Amino acid sequence: MKTDFKTNIKAIIARAYVRVVAGNREPSWVISETVLPLISTAAFVYVYKALNAPEEFTGFVVLGGAMSAYWMTVLWSMAAQFYWEKEIGNLDLYMIAPISRMSILLGMASGGFVYASVRAGSVFLLGSLIFKIDFGVIDFGRLFLIFILCQFALFGLGMLFSSLFMIYGREAWHGVSLFQEPVYLLSGFYFPVKSLGFTLALTASLIPLTLGLDGMRQLAFKKGVEMGFLNINLEIGILAFLCVFFMVASHYALQFMENLGKKTGRLTLRWQ
Amino acid sequence: MKYSSIKDNLRTIKLSSWLGWAMESNWADPFLFAIYSVIRPIASSLILVFMYMVVTGGKTKTELFAYIYIGNAFFMYVYNVLFGISWVIHEDREHYQTIKYIYIAPIRMYYYLFGRGTAKMIITTFAVIIAIAFGMVILKIPVDLGKVNYPLLLVSMLVGLFIITCLGVLLAGVMILTAHHSWYLTEGIAGIFFLACGAIYPIDILPIWLQYLSKILPLTYWLELLRRAVLGKSLSVTLSYYSNFQLMLIMLVTTAFLAMFSHYIYRTFDHIARRYGRIDQLTNY
Repeated sequence: MKTDFKTNIKAIIARAYVRVVAGNREPSWVISETVLPLISTAAFVYVYKALNAPEEFTGFVVLGGAMSAYWMTVLWSMAAQFYWEKEIGNLDLYMIAPISRMSILLGMASGGFVYASVRAGSVFLLGSLIFKIDFGVIDFGRLFLIFILCQFALFGLGMLFSSLFMIYGREAWHGVSLFQEPVYLLSGFYFPVKSLGFTLALTASLIPLTLGLDGMRQLAFKKGVEMGFLNINLEIGILAFLCVFFMVASHYALQFMENLGKKTGRLTLRWQ
Repeated sequence: MKYSSIKDNLRTIKLSSWLGWAMESNWADPFLFAIYSVIRPIASSLILVFMYMVVTGGKTKTELFAYIYIGNAFFMYVYNVLFGISWVIHEDREHYQTIKYIYIAPIRMYYYLFGRGTAKMIITTFAVIIAIAFGMVILKIPVDLGKVNYPLLLVSMLVGLFIITCLGVLLAGVMILTAHHSWYLTEGIAGIFFLACGAIYPIDILPIWLQYLSKILPLTYWLELLRRAVLGKSLSVTLSYYSNFQLMLIMLVTTAFLAMFSHYIYRTFDHIARRYGRIDQLTNY
């Protein structure tokens, strides 16, 4: 059965709605989503202060801390989400609903973006005010463009992960855990990625946050260009490519994993 | 039915430890699990290594670097064990939906939680050893194994693990009333200690008001004693005025207060949850 476009749009909005409204349902999340993430970020700021590092590094950390909210959302609320959905019985409903599975993923991504933006925005604003970050934005247009491209590519990666984790059980949880700190390291969340060396930094560029963060640092700080990894236009080009690549790859991965899950009878198997 | 004898409680710890270990390790073959256990701590340490190297131009054989590295390595216990104990509530309540059976079983919840955290303690111990070995061999941090104060290290570790367990129980109490997905809370609480206890820098660089907070947290003294035991000296001006004995005494006193506070919070939240029928709630969103 082929579902019409309007129904799929409704499915996207519905799935995004759940994510957004859930954020308002728990008062405890206001603190855990805004103030607490800033505290971990502040610890890294004090490392640079202990080392008497140039002021730009404080800004680098605050930006990295803010962007970590998106990575956490991609890992825990995108990649591992189908695992959760399977455990609580929602995946069965998605499978029998007359909608494209991509609509569910897109809804999760768009809702997740809103949800993560609250956390990221709080860390960024509070961090910038508390630590008196001195920004020197050289091009607002390209800064905005690189942020948006980074988000599209990042949530595209989340959709790809989500598909891959569709039929996995508990190992999905551990797999996601495994991607947390190593990606903080490889993407240069708290230091310029250039310092990893060209080959490693280039390999890490497959993770959209690597170039996204590097590009934003180059455009938002006075000495950002000096510590940048690649030319900013090249970074924009690579991110645009990653957007398309991850979106297409997630579509095929979803189909493949769904079929595999059906064949092996593990698609809705709980408590694996 | 009487179930509070030492023997019964030890059995609870033993069985819940085994359960925790099985849940942690059954998902993959031992080799994969070993890689998983190694990569995260190494990556976490390397973040600080690169931060340090970017600023200093690659020098790692310094006392400050060793101070940062060792503090960060031992702090892994706080993140992992805190998460290991507190997350049990959500895992058993929402995921496996077994918490109601645990509640009606003739065991004490404290010992069950402690046992479940033990698996994380064992895994973290391996991770800490690997991280320190990596630091000594690859990064050449100045640790002389022949000069380590082992009795001080052992006593500090035992008290430290008790402190983290108390914090885990406290957080588990809070988790009884919070919704699914609140791992950010654990991460955030661990972040407070990461910031205030001088895990990766001497507390002297913190603002004065934060130093006051630092001085009432037992984990500050725990980390200082561990560094003194491993590195043989302190880089913190504020804490260097205290002898090892004084630090140990302060740590024990603050730990006693923490234990009482943790007990009070857990009991209070548990009471509220029982009263309003939220022990086995499913939040599902």
